[in-house]
Amino acid sequence: MKKKYLSIAGGAVLALGVVTACGSPSNNTGSNGSASGSASTTSNQVQIFSWWTAGGEANGLNALIKTFNKEYPHEKIVNEAVAGGGGSNAKAVLASRMQAGDPPETFQVHAGQELMAWVNAGKMQPLDSLYKSMGLNKVIPAAIINDLSKNGHVYAVPVDVGRGNVLWYNPAVLKKYHLTPPKTMSQFISELKTLKAKGVTPLAYGDKDQLGSVMLWENVLLATMGPQNYDKLWQGKLSFNNPQVKQATNTFLELLQYTNSNHSALTWDEADQMVADGSAAFNLMGDWAKAYFQSKGLKEGSQFGWTAFPGTNNDFEYVIDSFGLPKGAKNPTGAMDFLKLVASKQGQDEFNPLKGSIPPRTDANVNLFDTYSKEAMSDFKKDSLVPSLANGEAANPAFETAATQAVTMLISTKNVNEFVSALNTAAEENPLS
Amino acid sequence: MEKTPVLTSQSAAIARPSVAHHKKRRFSWDKMWSFLTLVPSLAAVLIFVYGFLGWTGYVSFTKWNSILPDYQLWGFKNYQILFQDYRFQSDLRNLLFFTVFFILACMVVGLFLAVLVDQKIKGENIFRNIFLFPMALSFIVTGVVWQWLLNPKTGVNLIFEALGASHPPAWYTSTRIVPSFHVGQIQFGLPIAMIAVLIASVWQMSGFAMALYLSGLRAVPEEIKEAAHVDGANGWKTFWRIVFPQLRPVTVTVVIILVQSSMKTFDLVYAMTGPGNGYVTDLPSLDMFTTTFQANQYAQGSAIAIVMFVLMMIFVIPYLWNSLRKEGQ
Repeated sequence: MKKKYLSIAGGAVLALGVVTACGSPSNNTGSNGSASGSASTTSNQVQIFSWWTAGGEANGLNALIKTFNKEYPHEKIVNEAVAGGGGSNAKAVLASRMQAGDPPETFQVHAGQELMAWVNAGKMQPLDSLYKSMGLNKVIPAAIINDLSKNGHVYAVPVDVGRGNVLWYNPAVLKKYHLTPPKTMSQFISELKTLKAKGVTPLAYGDKDQLGSVMLWENVLLATMGPQNYDKLWQGKLSFNNPQVKQATNTFLELLQYTNSNHSALTWDEADQMVADGSAAFNLMGDWAKAYFQSKGLKEGSQFGWTAFPGTNNDFEYVIDSFGLPKGAKNPTGAMDFLKLVASKQGQDEFNPLKGSIPPRTDANVNLFDTYSKEAMSDFKKDSLVPSLANGEAANPAFETAATQAVTMLISTKNVNEFVSALNTAAEENPLS
Repeated sequence: MEKTPVLTSQSAAIARPSVAHHKKRRFSWDKMWSFLTLVPSLAAVLIFVYGFLGWTGYVSFTKWNSILPDYQLWGFKNYQILFQDYRFQSDLRNLLFFTVFFILACMVVGLFLAVLVDQKIKGENIFRNIFLFPMALSFIVTGVVWQWLLNPKTGVNLIFEALGASHPPAWYTSTRIVPSFHVGQIQFGLPIAMIAVLIASVWQMSGFAMALYLSGLRAVPEEIKEAAHVDGANGWKTFWRIVFPQLRPVTVTVVIILVQSSMKTFDLVYAMTGPGNGYVTDLPSLDMFTTTFQANQYAQGSAIAIVMFVLMMIFVIPYLWNSLRKEGQ
């Protein structure tokens, strides 16, 4: 099914390419079957494009849609979610639609470079007036707005915040071997040693989809470099030849000695399952893992525990979903109405408890959230906010793919110099900004 | 190529006008009608197959390596980058070993099963269907099932462990490559992890080889076999000296169909292993998908597609040429 859809979508892209190449002046050729060329008359559809198809995320989206329908009865929401972890499939479908000049009214996109790819391509409309009229500048942290902006214009509204530097653990396993959640890298490594000697998998990770390995590497990098230098690296102000990059990579390789041998067979949630059933002690993953543990009926605190990744106690590696307004949307009014709801306190308080994330608005109602989220909300206000590479915030998609490839190569070759030069090449070909 | 039949029938008609009718008219509603009915599919094939092939080829020579199209020509730069790439070099190695072993295994297993089924046994239908059945499944289903079966911690290894094996195979999580010698950026050799993928794909496709071989076996005239028997050849000899040589055309067909299916393999690996540990189970098709749709490097992705296309043509063109020539005779 998916492949078929892709090939059809791909066909549409190419067909449009041919049409433009032939210099045909007509716009809106084919592809947008139902909506007629001049939009204003017919379209009251609001197509919401996302990869929220299951679990808490889908519940959150459905709650938003319900509220929207109540407030804007004349608009008609079309939920165009595409399944697939981390949006890998959804992003491919979206790219095809955008290329074909058939954008949805609004789409889910990670803040930072993933959004900027669309902004740089001139496909997005600024939302300055929306920010002004809703007073969003006062309630959303400046670092986040900065990540959604280019040349002083802001291009998307953030809806949820995830945290990427969380070390999950099994409290029963730690208790059995008299260990406490580690605060520093050296304590962490000594605990891993102890656990390995006892025959427990010390640190589980899953990189079948390569998310687990890249996130582990970037967290070690953050712990080694600190938030300022880590940030500079992604802004292209610091070279990958920096000795701290090598040092971090060596630490990363050291950690790999304490991991499960079947990591390439597992996705991130299967690695979390190892922590859940006690066959592994630790796992590094974003806080969407909390929703996974809870879906297995585990209680927070007593049956699964968390701490910031060792050495990143005062950092908050954010993974932010945002929605923007693409140029050429057939129903911009409807799109703006939805963005208003997404950006409002009411919308964020409704969506985030269901998804298990926290709201980017700092004035959200804390009482609606569980213990983990309460902690995360207070950390979000005081920690240094840094972007995630593995989740699309820190670098453009081409660099991200190349870096992912370099990490995969590193794991099999263990060659740090080769790894650093691969990163340098990637940065030359796809400059970081 | 599509036009050939139309032209030959026309020229045939021109060549023998006296036989048909005295009229020398080239035009007839009948011919016109058949031509018109062909036009839509001809146009569709021209645009959607050859047009897009050409377009992909063109894009592979441009600088279109971000979301924004950029049709500036860039020469062979995309190909140059591609062939220096660790991942793509791994892909070519994997593809080579996957294709060779996949075809050999399918042929051997398929022929073996066909010979067994051909023994005029009871319930032949049932066996034939059992062996053919995996082919009815989607590769995604096969991939997911074998991913579970060959998962080193939860699959068939539990049986091995129960039997006392202390080091059961790591299956598709293995990073070993045998024999391992350095070529370009990679270690050349058969990635052990590929064996797991091979098992799954052979399980799925050997039934297909069996079906083809079975039809080939049925086409061998009984008289020849009987004559060999009368001349004193035993069963084994009859098979290798008499029957097997007759299966050559079937074998060519099996190889061609399996080659093109193995070169396009995407869904099986996507569902079962992903690119794997250090790209030991990666294939060009997976690389193309990631490069094009996740990294948005359209020119680079097109270059991969074109390389795949050329590789496939190397096998398919001689076959088509051969079979078209035979039709001509």
